[in-house]
Amino acid sequence: MFAPKEARETLRTLTKNRSAFIGFIILVIMIMVAIFPHYLAPHDPVKRNLAQRLQPGFWAGKEFAPFPLGTDYLGRCILSRIIWGTRTSLSVGFIAVAISTLLGLLLGVLSGYFGGWLDTLLMRLVDIMFAFPSILLAITIMAALGPGLEKAMIAIGIVYTPQMARVARSAVLVIREMEYIEAEKALGASHARIISHHVLPNILAPVIVYATLNTAGAILDAAALGFLGLGALPPTPEWGAMLSGSRQALTAGAWWAATFPGIAIMCAVLGLNLLGDGMRDLLDPRLRV
Amino acid sequence: MDSMSSVLIEVRNLSKTFFIEEWGEKLALEAVSGVNFSIFRGETLGLVGETGCGKSTLGRCILRLVEPTAGEIFMNGENILHLSAKAFKPYRRKLQIVFQDPFSSLNPRKTAYAILEEPLIIHGEKNARLRRERVKVIAEKVGLDVHSLKNYPHEFSGGQRQRIGIARALILHPEFVVCDEPVSALDVSIQAQILNLLADLQETMHLTYLFISHDLSVIRHISTRIAVMYMGKMVEMAEKEELFHAPLHPYTQALLSAIPIPDPTVPRQRTLLEGDLPSPFKPISGCRFHTRCPQQSATCPEIPPVWQEIRPGHFVACHLYEK
Repeated sequence: MFAPKEARETLRTLTKNRSAFIGFIILVIMIMVAIFPHYLAPHDPVKRNLAQRLQPGFWAGKEFAPFPLGTDYLGRCILSRIIWGTRTSLSVGFIAVAISTLLGLLLGVLSGYFGGWLDTLLMRLVDIMFAFPSILLAITIMAALGPGLEKAMIAIGIVYTPQMARVARSAVLVIREMEYIEAEKALGASHARIISHHVLPNILAPVIVYATLNTAGAILDAAALGFLGLGALPPTPEWGAMLSGSRQALTAGAWWAATFPGIAIMCAVLGLNLLGDGMRDLLDPRLRV
Repeated sequence: MDSMSSVLIEVRNLSKTFFIEEWGEKLALEAVSGVNFSIFRGETLGLVGETGCGKSTLGRCILRLVEPTAGEIFMNGENILHLSAKAFKPYRRKLQIVFQDPFSSLNPRKTAYAILEEPLIIHGEKNARLRRERVKVIAEKVGLDVHSLKNYPHEFSGGQRQRIGIARALILHPEFVVCDEPVSALDVSIQAQILNLLADLQETMHLTYLFISHDLSVIRHISTRIAVMYMGKMVEMAEKEELFHAPLHPYTQALLSAIPIPDPTVPRQRTLLEGDLPSPFKPISGCRFHTRCPQQSATCPEIPPVWQEIRPGHFVACHLYEK
């Protein structure tokens, strides 16, 4: 929905905003890793080698170089699992956020644009969902849907919908009062046209920012569900599941089994947060005239 | 009946009440209250009044941007308030509006060209080349550089933006345009340009204006007739010169005496109004102006005055002129 001119301008200003740019680079690297794991991973991420359980990585000496970040409790290469896990975690994050953004936009725009009883109804619904702690709600939904990565995406998507609906609604409430919306009504434009041509493009900035920040949250929540054994089913490499699988390893002194997946999660979240924060500034039209 | 005096818009007993809920208490705000008047083809009816007197609401009611609570509006003799949204759509072409704020009246994410093209798309012009032609013609008419149309609104100055707003309203060749304070947000030098542009366009495109403003000098410059509103009621309406030289209603008199005269030697008789505007939420008995009127009598707080034609074409609602 961006005009090309505007997209170019956004990209140009992005390079000027240092933290946003760092976030953008981190994200680009992660996406590349997620697209080409088979070229980057030194080993098969699901191949077990019980003889090589909980081996340390490169820091322990030259003889451990084949598994640079060590192995886990089943003797699988941690680096390879992290690399393949990037694909899993990023897709969970993006798909869950895509679901929540679509649902949230639908609810938020309808409720903000039309107002009245529809607004009251939808917003009370959202309030009810807000009343549950997000991870608890996700677990409840997972309990109903059953375990699995796709179900985790849906559950997280639903959990993030109310917040997105609120963000979209509040943005719509501002745009709705603009005179150009009134001008459209005076011209006889249909509601569908006003919403798609005038409301949506103008609320996109906060929605994009919020979606970016939410992606980080969704990755964390997917990891949490994975940690609880509700997300990715073993042996799929997934960062949260890797963390939970390494609980016993931690007590055995194999810190690397839990630390590196944790760092991977941290990097993804940091990158997305930096980008999201930077976009908040970039997409503010007052700062770019 | 010659074309100059034929009635284009007739408004009968028009009222609009807004309901506001505050602390569980429902408050009614009667923004427009039983207004009657006609607008003749080709004229400019100036509508003046203080902020919040209901003049903008009245203008929006005629375009059905705000649905009136009661009353009737006729255009060319047809009651347009009875029409369904679909049946009203052809009338949308004929009834247009120019807004006050040239910054919020243009979508910041559309180019000027897209903004001007949109009315044509909405009204079913499928041929892109014809649309381009018509956008070009209207842009030239309002004095916009055709090459600048690829720019976004924030790349234009306030005056140019207002020209875009005017072009958008006029591209469908409307018959009636509500100008809702179209120059109030502009610099004085630009104001004159836009006013002259509106006057020129009125002549070439045979437009009828309802010109809403709180600025008496602007109203005097552009209007044929002038109507004065106070707290949702129309208090006086007359030909421009008659209203300026022989105002009847005490409110109009006070309003006109507030115009500064750029000559300190001219002795002035100022009518100063006492007190503030009463709360719009509390209905006032009798004449709505009686709380501030310097000439009120015993009947004023009791009975609302009747809107009547005192002299040909000169309407007033005041007990001073009732028999």
